Amino acid sequence: MSENLEINKNKQKQETTHKIGIYLWIWGLLFVLSFFSYMVDWYQFQGLLRWSLILFFMFLKAGLIMAFFMHLFWERYTLVNVLLWPMTAIACFVGLMVAEGKYTVFTRFIYFVLGE
Amino acid sequence: MSESSMQNLPKGWKSVPNDLGSDQTAFKGVQWGKAMMWIFLLSDTFIFSCFLISYMKGRASTVVDWPNTSEVFSLDFMGVPVPLLLIAIMTFVLITSSGTMALAVKYGYEKNRKMCGWLILATAIGGLTFVGMQAYEWSKLIHEGVRPWSNPFGAAQFGSYFFMITGFHGTHVSIGVIFLFIFARKVFRGDFDKGKRGFFTTMKSDYVSIEILGLYWHFVDLVWVFIFAFFYLW
Repeated sequence: MSENLEINKNKQKQETTHKIGIYLWIWGLLFVLSFFSYMVDWYQFQGLLRWSLILFFMFLKAGLIMAFFMHLFWERYTLVNVLLWPMTAIACFVGLMVAEGKYTVFTRFIYFVLGE
Repeated sequence: MSESSMQNLPKGWKSVPNDLGSDQTAFKGVQWGKAMMWIFLLSDTFIFSCFLISYMKGRASTVVDWPNTSEVFSLDFMGVPVPLLLIAIMTFVLITSSGTMALAVKYGYEKNRKMCGWLILATAIGGLTFVGMQAYEWSKLIHEGVRPWSNPFGAAQFGSYFFMITGFHGTHVSIGVIFLFIFARKVFRGDFDKGKRGFFTTMKSDYVSIEILGLYWHFVDLVWVFIFAFFYLW
């Protein structure tokens, strides 16, 4: 019995600590991705290309940090689900405020700019 | 949750209804402090989202041109203005400190006291550097006449969003730096090896605290990723 527990303890230990290589890789990737997103501004990409590149690098960086630095990749699905589903509420809020912002700028344009 | 019973639990998607429907503990194998930190970070995510969404709405609904951030945040390097130079350096500093923190967590779990302590100290110094550069950026912009109600570069809303969002993030970094120094001291003193009882609690210290501290620090870096993308680059 005690031998069994010992084996389990070792398994547990392997689950909580990971090889140093994975951290260094993610670290390097984050550096490269940050450099690329800086380059988006450096080369003054404009319009849809600029926005999609910014969002692409941003989500990739955020995903890497959450998955590996914050260990979500190795957590049980319950915790991951509890943390990620509320993000859909934020996405809904963003959608609502995009519509609201468009309406506000429309009315301002009508009354402030054309009105004068 | 004993370790032997952890092994027998279902894995993957099957674990979700199993864990949530089980008695007493939904987050199996997650220390309570870590679960609470995650829930705090979730609520903090909502606060930062509200700031960034209000910035999006404010910027989208103004009829005046938004200031060109590459010019506003450019820094003279040997007489040549380099766009977003300071912000890029701040980003790299924060990522570096995030990396050292991730390694500190790893060495903590391996009970490597010295490495863990030095890495936490390196993280704290990175954070301090970041706050210092932010203070420089703030004073530079204030000298140029940026105020929460007006600025010489364009839409008046720019100042209020800038000070609110970067200020709130800077506050998070500062609080993190304070805790990093406290925990570096605790690690070097050997609190986590000896299971010393804390100042505010009767519970024994454990290296899981380093992971909890790490979660907070990585979150600060995570928020910066979004601020960098939406406020500085967009």
